[in-house]
Amino acid sequence: MGKFDDTVKARLDELISRYPTKKAALLPALWVAQEVYGGWLPPAALEEVAAHLGLPEAEVQGVATFYTMYNIKPRGKHAIEICHNVPCMALGAEQLIQHCEKSLGVHAGETTPDGMFTLARVECLGACCNAPAVQVGGTYYEDVTPAQLDALLETLKSAPSEVEAPPQGQISETGRF
Amino acid sequence: MSEQPQLLYKHRHVEGIARLDVWTQNGGYESFKKALKMEPDAIIDEVRASGLRGRGGAGFPTHIKWSAVPKNRDAEHYLIINADEGEPGTAKDRDLMNSLPHLLIEGCLISMIALRASKCYIYIRGEYVEPWKIVQKAINEAYKGGFLGKNVLDSGLDFDIYTHLGAGAYECGEESALMSSLMGERGMPRMKPPYAPLPQIKGVWDRPSVVNNVETAATLVPLIEMGGAEYAKIGYGSPRSRGTKLFSISGHVNKPGIYEIVLGTPFREVLELAGGMKDGKKLKTYIPGGSSMGFAPPEPLDYPFDYEGIPQSTGCLGLGSGGLIIFDETTPIVPLAQRLTEFYHHESCGKCTPCREGLDWLCKVYARITSGAGQESDIDLLWDICDNIRGKSFCPLGEGAIWPVMTSLKLFRDEYLSYIRTGVDALPDLSTIGGPSGAKH
Ligand SMILES: Cc1cc2nc3c(=O)[nH]c(=O)nc-3n(C[C@H](O)[C@H](O)[C@H](O)COP(=O)(O)O)c2cc1C
Ligand code: SF4
Ligand code: FES
Repeated sequence: MGKFDDTVKARLDELISRYPTKKAALLPALWVAQEVYGGWLPPAALEEVAAHLGLPEAEVQGVATFYTMYNIKPRGKHAIEICHNVPCMALGAEQLIQHCEKSLGVHAGETTPDGMFTLARVECLGACCNAPAVQVGGTYYEDVTPAQLDALLETLKSAPSEVEAPPQGQISETGRF
Repeated sequence: MSEQPQLLYKHRHVEGIARLDVWTQNGGYESFKKALKMEPDAIIDEVRASGLRGRGGAGFPTHIKWSAVPKNRDAEHYLIINADEGEPGTAKDRDLMNSLPHLLIEGCLISMIALRASKCYIYIRGEYVEPWKIVQKAINEAYKGGFLGKNVLDSGLDFDIYTHLGAGAYECGEESALMSSLMGERGMPRMKPPYAPLPQIKGVWDRPSVVNNVETAATLVPLIEMGGAEYAKIGYGSPRSRGTKLFSISGHVNKPGIYEIVLGTPFREVLELAGGMKDGKKLKTYIPGGSSMGFAPPEPLDYPFDYEGIPQSTGCLGLGSGGLIIFDETTPIVPLAQRLTEFYHHESCGKCTPCREGLDWLCKVYARITSGAGQESDIDLLWDICDNIRGKSFCPLGEGAIWPVMTSLKLFRDEYLSYIRTGVDALPDLSTIGGPSGAKH
């Protein structure tokens, strides 16, 4: 059974209305699908997106796999994404990553056995002036020390999973968005 | 010290400036009102007089890009704002969107008048959830306040601005790839003139389109307020580098941050503005404008930091996106160059062979060197691979990728050699780079 109920479909239709073609709503629609499917895009999600936008499934899959923020595989409840690009590297990112690997007992790219955390190395987050930088869901943490990271991991254990990135249209005030 | 007038950041620290009421109390949307009374071409003339060049990386004169857009409204014209900010070392657009969202919206409105466009998409990188929310909220306010929507301020003109969230691909910052991505495709670059029509004629959905950087659009606000001729008076260096520019200064300085700096300010002063070298260490090298620009030598320091001064005095590619990354004497360069090469390899869209295969090869040679199994001939090999990518890649990603490699080979050949000759022992433990003793904490 699909997960796109009428509310989801209405959100998608509103997104479609912003562009001259239905296809242009594909990236925003994939964001919505990823949210609805709990943080990743199983084949059923891609099928539903394809059906709603009237696109071939292969095309939807081709686009979804091109972009690194669409998760084709499920991830942990919280994804700890540590920037390892050079400005962060110059200020201790490698140390932070190695520390986090120890704290979680997994390597970067892996998920803890309890499914709580996925640890990932990511490229420049645009927070280089406050290096090293870490992203969890939609939230940035900057100037992060190993001790602060441990404290953050502790807090996250009891925190709800943050949607990777809220899709457009969610912060409506005027009814227009 | 040279004076540093703050044009973009004038209201950066005003409490609540992200709100429409505070923005208008501080003169917000006055430049837009002024522009509404001007003919589109008169705005382009002001931009021409100002000498404004694109702030996204390529530094292309904005008025030339704009002048190619048809001078009618026969078809829908699109303004696309590039907020994909992915060039390592660059954090300025994020700060601009977070702190001054109405400056961006006002700049978009002025640009839309000049381009005879009524629709604008702001393409924001997927990681930028916070800036996206702030900008979207400001857009919502601008609709309520009558600055967006139908027949804005009784001008007879309609203006719509939409945000569009990317999903993690550096290549989508390249303007033709960005347009593909906006249309719901993979972020692959497209054929460029002379092999294809200009995007200003046939861009997104085959309609006239202009892609501009966030900061370029924001600059329109002070530019129209003061007039192009006045704006052109600002600058301490080349006559072709006018106005102020945001620099993200990161790495080993005492006060990393985003600074609005007059173009042509001597590099020595730029370094001082950022608090000078951290812990009194010596400058080893720096990347002047985002990683694709390459590494610069520690001397000279007294040269104009602008579009012309950087390539002339440092041998780097140029000013780029304004991502200045400073490295002190303790920084090992080979692992940094390796990390950047891996970054470009990871982000290569795979469309053309020189970039896809060349970067794969470069990564393998680097891995060999840093695993202690390098040979002296690897230095020439790295250089040759770069030579084979140079000028042959389909888009500038491939070209940008080889600059950190080539410049580091030129400046730090001895360091490469010592790793190769001494083997793993000479290699630093990566976890010691910027670690507790060196970090600012
Ligand atoms: C690989 C690559 C990535 C780029 N990333 C960005 C970016 O994140 N933001 C940006 O404004 N320009 C980026 N550019 C430059 C754009 O192609 C384009 O020149 C720019 O958006 C034009 O705006 P401007 O004239 O206002 O600078 C990138 C270029 C390349 C080749
Ligand atoms: S240079 Fe070629 S492979 Fe590399 S990103 Fe550009 S088009 Fe893609
Ligand atoms: S390099 Fe880490 S945020 Fe830019």
